[in-house]
Parts: sequence; structure tokens; C-alpha cells
Amino acid sequence: MNVVVCIKQVPDPNSPGQLDPSTHLLKRDGELVLDPGDEFGVEAGLQLVEKHGGQVTVVSMGPERGLDAVRKALAMGAAKGVLISDDSLRGSDALTTAKVLAAAIRKQDFDVVITATESTDGYTGVVPQMIAGLLDIPAVTFAKSVSVEGDKLTAQRQTETGIEVVEATLPVVLSVTAGVNEPRYPSLKGIMGAKQKPLDRPGPADLNLEDVGGASTGQRITAIDSAPERAAGEIIKDEGEAAKRIVDFLADKKVI
Amino acid sequence: MTVLEPRHAEELPEIRQAVAELCSRFGGSYWRDLEPDSYPERFVRELTAQGWLGILIPEQYGGAGLGITAASVVLEEINSQGGNAAACHAQMYTMGTVLRHGSDTQKQRWLPQIADGTVRLQAFGVTEPTAGSDTTAITTSAERIAGGWRLRGQKAFTSRAQHSDLMLLIARTTPLAEVSRRRDGLSVFLVDLRQAGLQMTIRPMRTLMNHATTEVFLDGLEVGDEALIGEVGEGFGYILDGMNAERILIAAECVGDGHWFVRTAAAYASNREAFGRAIGANQGVQFPIARAYAAVEAADLMRWQAAALFDAGQRCGAEANMAKLLASEASWQAANACLDTHGGWGFAAEYDVERKFRETRLYLNAPVTNNLVLAFLGQNVLGMPRSYGG
Ligand SMILES: Cc1cc2nc3c(=O)[nH]c(=O)nc-3n(C[C@H](O)[C@H](O)[C@H](O)COP(=O)(O)OP(=O)(O)OC[C@H]3O[C@@H](n4cnc5c(N)ncnc54)[C@H](O)[C@@H]3O)c2cc1C
Ligand SMILES: Cc1cc2nc3c(=O)[nH]c(=O)nc-3n(C[C@H](O)[C@H](O)[C@H](O)COP(=O)(O)OP(=O)(O)OC[C@H]3O[C@@H](n4cnc5c(N)ncnc54)[C@H](O)[C@@H]3O)c2cc1C
Repeated sequence: MNVVVCIKQVPDPNSPGQLDPSTHLLKRDGELVLDPGDEFGVEAGLQLVEKHGGQVTVVSMGPERGLDAVRKALAMGAAKGVLISDDSLRGSDALTTAKVLAAAIRKQDFDVVITATESTDGYTGVVPQMIAGLLDIPAVTFAKSVSVEGDKLTAQRQTETGIEVVEATLPVVLSVTAGVNEPRYPSLKGIMGAKQKPLDRPGPADLNLEDVGGASTGQRITAIDSAPERAAGEIIKDEGEAAKRIVDFLADKKVI
Repeated sequence: MTVLEPRHAEELPEIRQAVAELCSRFGGSYWRDLEPDSYPERFVRELTAQGWLGILIPEQYGGAGLGITAASVVLEEINSQGGNAAACHAQMYTMGTVLRHGSDTQKQRWLPQIADGTVRLQAFGVTEPTAGSDTTAITTSAERIAGGWRLRGQKAFTSRAQHSDLMLLIARTTPLAEVSRRRDGLSVFLVDLRQAGLQMTIRPMRTLMNHATTEVFLDGLEVGDEALIGEVGEGFGYILDGMNAERILIAAECVGDGHWFVRTAAAYASNREAFGRAIGANQGVQFPIARAYAAVEAADLMRWQAAALFDAGQRCGAEANMAKLLASEASWQAANACLDTHGGWGFAAEYDVERKFRETRLYLNAPVTNNLVLAFLGQNVLGMPRSYGG
């Protein structure tokens, strides 16, 4: 069973992000790291192949510096890396991203394509479903646990109201939530071994993609507004009946 | 002095990050709860499983075969993340004596097991109650018997002996009175602690910090010929040629501590308020932290230099000793700045400051006292009159 995991490199989530006022895109000149959300994807992929055989290939689209993220995934145990980092792809929107990733994935042997549910920087949360659409295979999203038997994948899916159990026939796109597992960290042997592992660097031509780049995308960010400030909360001073007022308030909001 | 490029420069950031991630699963409370005298068994097992303690063992024996620079980054990062590398650093480098001077049979037998952690070699018995800095004054003796040796004597401060399968031990095979040079007549043995029986007693020693150090009593313990490392009588030289590596690794641990103290102090100074402003705005608080930072960074440069020389196979005795001296002083300076910054809270265990303070204090005195480092520089590098050796 072969697994492709899509991994994105994102600005270090520990340092506050900033938008470029001219393009409205995230400034990404600082350090880039493997999206912490994608570590769950890599781990899920590794667990699947450890159980069922096969190998994990990681696919990433992003700048040259994204190699570090790919290297980290290889050090964790992925067998092969694919990094697409052509200049013409700078500033791609979600659909372009999905097209490029789908084209790269098509070139791999795969039964499952794993992504996170949304990235830590762009977080449109649409790329996984778009990849599934482009590959014309089912998308099983928001999985919080996964198992595979034969050609059937079963996932528990987190929803607002509870947990759904979903089955799909391979191949599928699977998006996993944070906490689906505990991602391993690279061992020393993993880090040293990563350098010997194959790394593909296809350009748009190799993927038969004409003219997918930033300028020609169908989406443009026209304006950015700050999120509305939250209204100040109401402070209840305890003058003997604070508890009752809080209970009334919660009941009023139908929380209790 | 020209500054050299570190070996494995490309892997160092990845190594640092992977170790930091491992350490993030062993936070302050993990180390605190071990106090006063529990061994960080889970941490050491994890570190071993991930290959970090086999970093210096050549690949042919199952290690990673990296250099001292890379190894020093591992230990630095453990301390920089708030842990205590002293609990396990010896597993990394004690095997060096076996690697450099052991027979092929000894290397084949032990190194792969040390690399994968099935065997722990992290006890090194040199110091005795009446011989510390003056190593050649040791009186523990090894007497020739048929097929082996009989060991008698007492070691002090043999750290981790209760958490180690093997112990490297230095003993006199020729009494001091019968040798022409004091350094002659000492031999090194690899003692299998698991088979020691009643002829050996290990007693824990309580110390300032959680260090699992012990006294070892050897009451006629018999070991086979296969326990002897290298040539009879040449042991002192074997010990000396492991010193530079040890000095560099210790310097890196101090740098890690220094960074922890500076980071912790700067954060606290920026957040804690007194008299309506952050305490860190006061120069009396801010400057000691800044000064300690400068000292740590300067010491760190010497450590990188010593490590690069070591990995290039060049002489590095002066640099390795200076790195240990400067780094241990810098981390102690940073420790004091950090404790002062925290006011009374620096003494409260929950902040980890007092624990790290106690832990980093050790490096001024052990594995070698800074006086002896200065004496080495004074007499061996600068050629001044001797106070030791000869
Ligand atoms: C305000 C804003 C600013 C933006 N700034 C930038 C920017 O500075 N630089 C930039 O490149 N894009 C930027 N984008 C575009 C956005 O990041 C892209 O659409 C992105 O490539 C995919 O969208 P997402 O990150 O929201 O994906 P999501 O749909 O949230 O991602 C879900 C999962 O899909 C996979 N995935 C997504 N993208 C990739 C990828 N590139 N490679 C591999 N796997 C992937 C990952 O597993 C990810 O967790 C910005 C978008 C917005 C709305
Ligand atoms: C927690 C801990 C763990 C340890 N672990 C180990 C271990 O695992 N294995 C091991 O073998 N040992 C270990 N040691 C012992 C340590 O290496 C010695 O304590 C150290 O080398 C000093 O020896 P000493 O205590 O006998 O001091 P002494 O040699 O008695 O020195 C006392 C003082 O005199 C000074 N002095 C001595 N000679 C000179 C000189 N010529 N010039 C200037 N000053 C001088 C010293 O610097 C020191 O300040 C450990 C010690 C501690 C505290």
C-alpha cells in the first residue's frame, strides 16, 4: 500500500505572521518549517505503511527553502520526496495549488493521499477536496482515526455534532485532524539516512501544467480587514446573586 | 586565531531541532519530579532509542559515526531545553577508550551493544577519596592472578554506577613506589558490573543535585584477562587522550545551560512588574543578563573552535580546556543573573531556576576543576612553572 502525503512549509507558527500590504499575501521571508498539522499526516502515512507494507512519498509545493520540510519528513521515515518549486507558481491560490499537487500525485503509485484538514498559514481548508476532485476519487475529511482493510478505508470523522464513521474504497484522499496520532520525531539515523533518499524536483513542464502560475489564477485578494474586535464582556459583581445571574445568562444563551 | 567551519554543518540544525523536539516531551516537571535522587530512566531510554547516545560510535559498530561537534550539539540542546545532559553524557563518550585502545574482540563485543543501548557504559571510576585532581595518586590496585586480575580499593564519585552495566576503571598494576614516572603503572579495566557479586559494593552519595553518583568498594573483585583495555601500565595515557573530547562536550552543556538561563531570565524580566514597570527596564536587572549573554556567546565561539579542531584531527588541548573554563564560568554567571532576576521566586522549585542553578554549578568543579584547567594552561600552554604532573 502506497501513501502520498502532502506537506506544506509554513512560516514558523511560533512567530506572529504578517501580511504583505501590496499583495495581501503572507510574508514568508522568515524561517519556514514543516506545517505542524502535516506532521500528523506524515505519521498517519507511516503508520499505514508500517502495517500494510509499501512506502510513503511526500509531495510539497513551495519555495526552494521548503526542502527543509521535505527533509524532515524523510527523516521521520518517508521513502521519497517530491518538491515543486518553480518561480511561476509563486503566489498560487488554492485551486492552482491543488492542480499542481494533483499532477504530481498522479505520477506516483498511491492508494491513499493524506493531507491535513487545513494549513497553519493559509487555512482555506479547500485543497484536500480539490485534489480529490481533480483526481476524481473520494475525499474522506476530518479523520480522527483511520484503518484500512483490503481496499476499504474506514475513518472516524469529527463533526460538530459528533463522530461519523465513513467507509470508502481505495484510492482516496484523506484529510487528518491534529491529534489523530502522536507524530514521531526524526531519529539520528533518520536524519542521516534522509540524505540518501530520492528527491524529485519536477518543474511545471514535467507535470504537463501549462500556465498555472500566480498571475493567471482566477482568485485575487482585493482587500484585507482586521477581524472585528470582540465586544467587551459583561462583568458581574457579586452582590449576593451573581451565581443566579450567571445561570440566567447561560440559560438565556441556551448553553445550559 | 581563525575560526574553523564546523564538521557536519549541514546536519547540525536538524540535529538540534530533533533533540529539542524529543526534549519537549520531557518538560520541567519531568526533571523536577525526579528530585532528589531518581534517575531519568525514561528520558535516557528515549534518547538511546533515537540513536543520540551512539552518535560518536563508528557506523561499522552500529553508531552514527559523527564527530564531536555534532555530539556537542546534542548535549547542548538537552541543557538548553531545561534538561540535564550530565545524567547520560557519559554513555556517549566513555566508550572512546574502548574504541581507541580496545582489542578487536572487545570492540566487536561491546560497541554495537553500547550503540543500541542494550548495554550501558556510563560509569568511569577514576576519583578516589584521597586522589581527585592528582589522578596518579590513586591506590586502587589490580593484582595479577591466573587468567585475570584481582581489584581492591575504593572509588568515590563514580557517577551512574547503579545505572550502568559496565564500568571503566583505572587501577594501579604497579605500585607508585616502584615506577620511575608517576604516570606509569596504571591500567584501565572494563568491569562488568552485572557479574560483580559480593566482592563489590556500590553506595549512593547524596550531592547538591540529582546526579546518581556513588562510592564503589572493590573487595578483591576478580575480572578476566578480557577486562584489560590496551597495554598493562599504559592506562594514564588512555585516560588523558579522552580528555579533550570530554572538555568540549562539557563546554557545550554549559553553553546550553547558559542559553536556558539567559532566555529564562530575559523573559521573566520582561514580564514581571515592580513599581509600575517591567523589572527588566532597570539596568540593575537588565545588564547582568546582557553581560552573561555576552560571556556565553564568547565561550561558545571557543567551543566551536575546539570542536572543529578536534574533528579535523588537529591539536586542541588548549582550546578544549579554554572552552570548558569559559563556558562553565559563563553558565554560572548566567545562573546567578537568572536567580537574581527571579527574586524570591528563583528559589521556588516550580521555576526550575534553582534546579538548573545547582546543576550548572557542578561544571566549575567536575569532571575537572577550573583550577586544574588554569594550571594546564599556565604550565603546559604558557610554559610557567609546574604545580602538577611532571
Ligand atoms: C490571506 C492569504 C495569504 C496567502 N499567502 C500566501 C503566501 O504568502 N504564500 C503562499 O504560497 N500561499 C499563500 N496563500 C495561498 C494559500 O496558502 C494557497 O492557497 C495554499 O497553497 C493552499 O491553501 P491553504 O494553505 O489554505 O491550503 P489548505 O486547504 O488549508 O491546506 C490543507 C492541506 O493541504 C495540503 N497543502 C496545501 N498547500 C500545499 C502545498 N503548497 N504543498 C503541499 N501540500 C499542501 C496540506 O496538507 C495542507 O495541510 C495565501 C492565501 C491567503 C488566503
Ligand atoms: C557530582 C560529581 C560527579 C563526579 N563524577 C565523577 C565520575 O563519574 N568519575 C570520577 O572519576 N570522578 C567523578 N567526580 C570527581 C571529580 O572529578 C573530582 O571531584 C575533581 O576532579 C576534583 O577532585 P577532588 O574532589 O579530589 O579535589 P582535589 O583534587 O582535592 O582538589 C581540591 C581543590 O584544590 C585545588 N587544586 C588541587 N591541585 C591544584 C593545583 N595544582 N593548582 C591549583 N589548584 C589545585 C582544586 O582545584 C580544588 O579546588 C565527580 C565529582 C562530583 C562532584
